[in-house]
Amino acid sequence: MQAWIDGIGVIAPGLPNWRSAREVLSGVRDFEFTSTVLPLPSLLPAAERRRASNVIKLSLGLGLEAVNQAGVDPSTLATVFAASGADGNNCHALCEQLASKDRQISPTRFHNSVHNASAGYWGIATRSMASSQVIAAFDASFGAGLLEALAQVVCNGQLMLLIAYDSEYPQPLRAKRNTPDCGGVALLLNPQCSVASLASITLSPSHQSADVMTDAGLETLRQQIPALRALPMLQRLASGQAGSVILDYLAPMQLKLDMQPC
Amino acid sequence: MVDLSLEVEVLFDALEHALCGRQPEHTDALIHHSDRRLQYVAIRHSERLAEAGIHVKLSQLEHSKITVSPLLLSAYTLTTSLGRGLEATREAMRYERSGLAKCCFETVELDTWVGVVDGVDAQQLPRALGHYDCRNNRLVQLGLETDGFALRVREAVERYGNDRVGVFLGTSTAGILETELAYRRRVQGSGVLPDDFHYRTTHNAFSLAEFTREYFGLTGMAMTISTACSSSAKVFGAAARQLTIGSIDAAIVGGVDSLCLTTLYGFASLQLSSARPCRPFDAARDGISIGEGAAFGLLERTEQHPPGSLLLLGVGESSDAYHMSSPHPDGLGARLAMEAALRSAGLAPDEVDYINLHGTATLANDASEGQAVATLFGDCVPCSSTKGATGHTLGAAGAVEAVICAMALTDGYLPGSPGTTELDPTIPIRYQNHNGSASLRRVLSNSFGFGGSNCSLIFGLAN
Repeated sequence: MQAWIDGIGVIAPGLPNWRSAREVLSGVRDFEFTSTVLPLPSLLPAAERRRASNVIKLSLGLGLEAVNQAGVDPSTLATVFAASGADGNNCHALCEQLASKDRQISPTRFHNSVHNASAGYWGIATRSMASSQVIAAFDASFGAGLLEALAQVVCNGQLMLLIAYDSEYPQPLRAKRNTPDCGGVALLLNPQCSVASLASITLSPSHQSADVMTDAGLETLRQQIPALRALPMLQRLASGQAGSVILDYLAPMQLKLDMQPC
Repeated sequence: MVDLSLEVEVLFDALEHALCGRQPEHTDALIHHSDRRLQYVAIRHSERLAEAGIHVKLSQLEHSKITVSPLLLSAYTLTTSLGRGLEATREAMRYERSGLAKCCFETVELDTWVGVVDGVDAQQLPRALGHYDCRNNRLVQLGLETDGFALRVREAVERYGNDRVGVFLGTSTAGILETELAYRRRVQGSGVLPDDFHYRTTHNAFSLAEFTREYFGLTGMAMTISTACSSSAKVFGAAARQLTIGSIDAAIVGGVDSLCLTTLYGFASLQLSSARPCRPFDAARDGISIGEGAAFGLLERTEQHPPGSLLLLGVGESSDAYHMSSPHPDGLGARLAMEAALRSAGLAPDEVDYINLHGTATLANDASEGQAVATLFGDCVPCSSTKGATGHTLGAAGAVEAVICAMALTDGYLPGSPGTTELDPTIPIRYQNHNGSASLRRVLSNSFGFGGSNCSLIFGLAN
């Protein structure tokens, strides 16, 4: 499975966008942990924009950063969304209400509880009627999303956008699922090399152990936010060097990515 | 016009150029030939075509690429409120029975009907997989151990290796019921969830796929697709792609959803659930009946398909880009999904012999889906929703109805629509109110979900 990366989006604690992530990952600047800053979802209609949850702001921000880098019109793009779970804050509010005497939950909370809420809002915001796949694979969600995204690129021969993200879980759920903050990665994938292409990636299954980040802060992010299992790949991209990385997927199956800068 | 870049504007320029050059007296004479790239996914393009009254011509010759090569559906099974397995389902459907009953699930106090699967709570998971224990995974196991399906999976694992059989399962809520119940058991004061509550292996959307992977000792790829009520239709697309590019040799596909408070109270909050058994496409329809179910299939890439074997011929996916919980009023997204499935299968609309509709029995779904079907197929193709029999099994509906389509093909019958009496006269489709017999070669199944997620599948019999 091979594709070219034409655009990258990054939003994570201390890494507000791909440009600053590239500086940190290539060693120009040290990583400093700060809470994730989420962009306003300016593309959404006013009513949705006001109510947009962190998950929506995160996924739209990621996707648009990748798309804008390559100057691609999102209204024609197929998408793959990958996330470990749905909106944790919304889930908490629903479960709390359903455990109370008054079980009349809000209809908006209910329709926002679906795992594909971010894909739905992406469609509304970009008016894209293309196929949108939505994957969940717990800690393996980034790998699963990448497998599906690359398969779509190869089978359909078209540009496509992968948006992998996870949002924070509030207590008491956080004690069971420690995702402390929002973070994610978007990749605009092209079946062929274009003027916007940054690097080619070729995926193959591997039984080697996954690469880890040498910086302790970044390694914590890689472990706590499933979408950031992509960090070793981003580091290789930031270095501009050819080579391969092993990304954590689903033991014993890991993903080897051979990367060649353009 | 010829341009090698994928610029949308080029497309519109070409379209406007053609519209300008059209003879005014022949307003219906322009046929727009196109491949399936930008134009089918750009709303502006579809709207401009509709505005100019142009019919989009689709034929096999116009494919830019065929996504799915026919894949063998070598084994399949389903368990719903109609019964456990193919034979029980066949028997119930023969008599047009419904599995729906007044809701008395858990502590739910709602005036609604549900489709409950018998015997779920009696299932015992293997001791080593005890941490997966919840109603949803019990239903997974019940489903897998029906119709000899698990045995067929083990044979495939033997044949291909445990890293070459992938797992692709759909769900909307997985085992969220565990979390709902755990919230009632929070520790007084601290609000901490109880120690025996396992989020990862019950509530998380991946739990059913991970459980299935471990149940069969698999070591390769696995994923859950969760796009609300299209989830387990879309698993066929994801699996087909991996099979097509050769990263796996066989795939366990399917969907499992079980009753929970979130969906029961959630659909009630949207005023989308009926106080009576649901009546798809009925003039008096007033909402859904939620059901639970488990359905699985084994997809394989084989060189030759013996005559009469069941094939997945096409998959089409689209998005409404319209609203989170209401379908596109003109059924535009639904139509795009059906068109994409036809292109993927290389079929014209008149080559489809039966359509299993999404047909939830909400006012909006049936009107919009009916319009899309009428636009594409006219009133020639027999179609029905089987949700009056099974209830709406949400994330399992795609797989449940794929298996119902497989049964219709092998048995040569058109499923009727329990609960439907007075057809909605405003929907001009050939709705199959009662069972009929017919020699079917190819059938299409629709599944649409919240967030505007649409998927159509086409199955057929090998010649």
